[in-house]
Amino acid sequence: MLLRQKVFTVMLSMGLIILIVDLVRRRRLREEYAWIWMLTGAVVLILAIWRDLLVFVTRWIGAELPANTIFFFGVFFLILINLYFSVKLSTVTDRLNKVIQELALLREKLENRSHRKQE
Amino acid sequence: MPKSRVLVIIPAYDEETSISRVIKGVQENIADADVVVIDDSSRDRTAKLAREAGARVLSHCANLGPGAATQTGYKYALRHSYELVVQLDGDGQHDPRSIRDLLDVLENGSCDLVIGSRFLGDGGYEPYWIRKIGMSFFAALTSLILKQKVTDSTSGFRVLNREVVEFLAEIDYPSDYQDADVISLAHFAGFRIREAPVIMHKDTSGKSLLGGVGFIRYGFKVLLSVLVTLLREKPSRERGI
Repeated sequence: MLLRQKVFTVMLSMGLIILIVDLVRRRRLREEYAWIWMLTGAVVLILAIWRDLLVFVTRWIGAELPANTIFFFGVFFLILINLYFSVKLSTVTDRLNKVIQELALLREKLENRSHRKQE
Repeated sequence: MPKSRVLVIIPAYDEETSISRVIKGVQENIADADVVVIDDSSRDRTAKLAREAGARVLSHCANLGPGAATQTGYKYALRHSYELVVQLDGDGQHDPRSIRDLLDVLENGSCDLVIGSRFLGDGGYEPYWIRKIGMSFFAALTSLILKQKVTDSTSGFRVLNREVVEFLAEIDYPSDYQDADVISLAHFAGFRIREAPVIMHKDTSGKSLLGGVGFIRYGFKVLLSVLVTLLREKPSRERGI
């Protein structure tokens, strides 16, 4: 890996990590979601600094070029993170359903009570 | 406190053309029942017309789907101590004249849940061929799981006793379709299920969940739900799933 490539990748991953920490600090990103992005930044950083590891992983998975390894793990990670968010989305949808149902029941109770008072 | 022991729940979404007729039909056929319409965030006058027709209205502030609306009705029934729940659609497909027959089956037939079947008796219901194939497939699948003949697993015209309502109000109830998977769940929880003939009219609204591409989505979703229901730990009445 050329020095220029290495510097560019290190800067990119450092930038990602700083952005994540800042988003958490400003309460724009919850800690429970930050770890997965921090992990991404850290993996990119390690692979950028430690070229031998990238070459080893490339051989191990049977890829031709280190760039293929990066792309492969990049796409795989995106699939995983989509699945993770689908799980989270399902949980949020369930909670939202319960809240909307409860709101409908409470609203009817209130309306019923106010009708009775008027009578 | 409820005046009646029977609650009729009608989930409705944009049903202003039929809701008053359905409520009146229910009141004429089962005068001693309370009627509650669960308005699933309709964009039209469904809630207003339902109130004017004499029903109580529970309004969802966002559209959740017919399954979730039905479950809101179960929760209402539970909190107001109703003993029996009748559920029917707000589009006028389910004929209220059949309610009394379903209630009779539940009360005399030693069962917990009665499904109104359009294919029993001489209802004269004839679906389009593609729907017929799908309905037959899911009826056969449900029959296999229940080890008893089920002719109409997609029917939302049902009567339930308090124990079933209690169970279904607590589980992760499906938001949209509530067919073979819900029947299977009730079966695994130990409830006795029976079918009875009902009069069902053809859906002419064009809003059917089973219309067009929806039918393929329906097939995948219900099949997956049934499969995971079979793989999961069997539900218990006390703790739901």
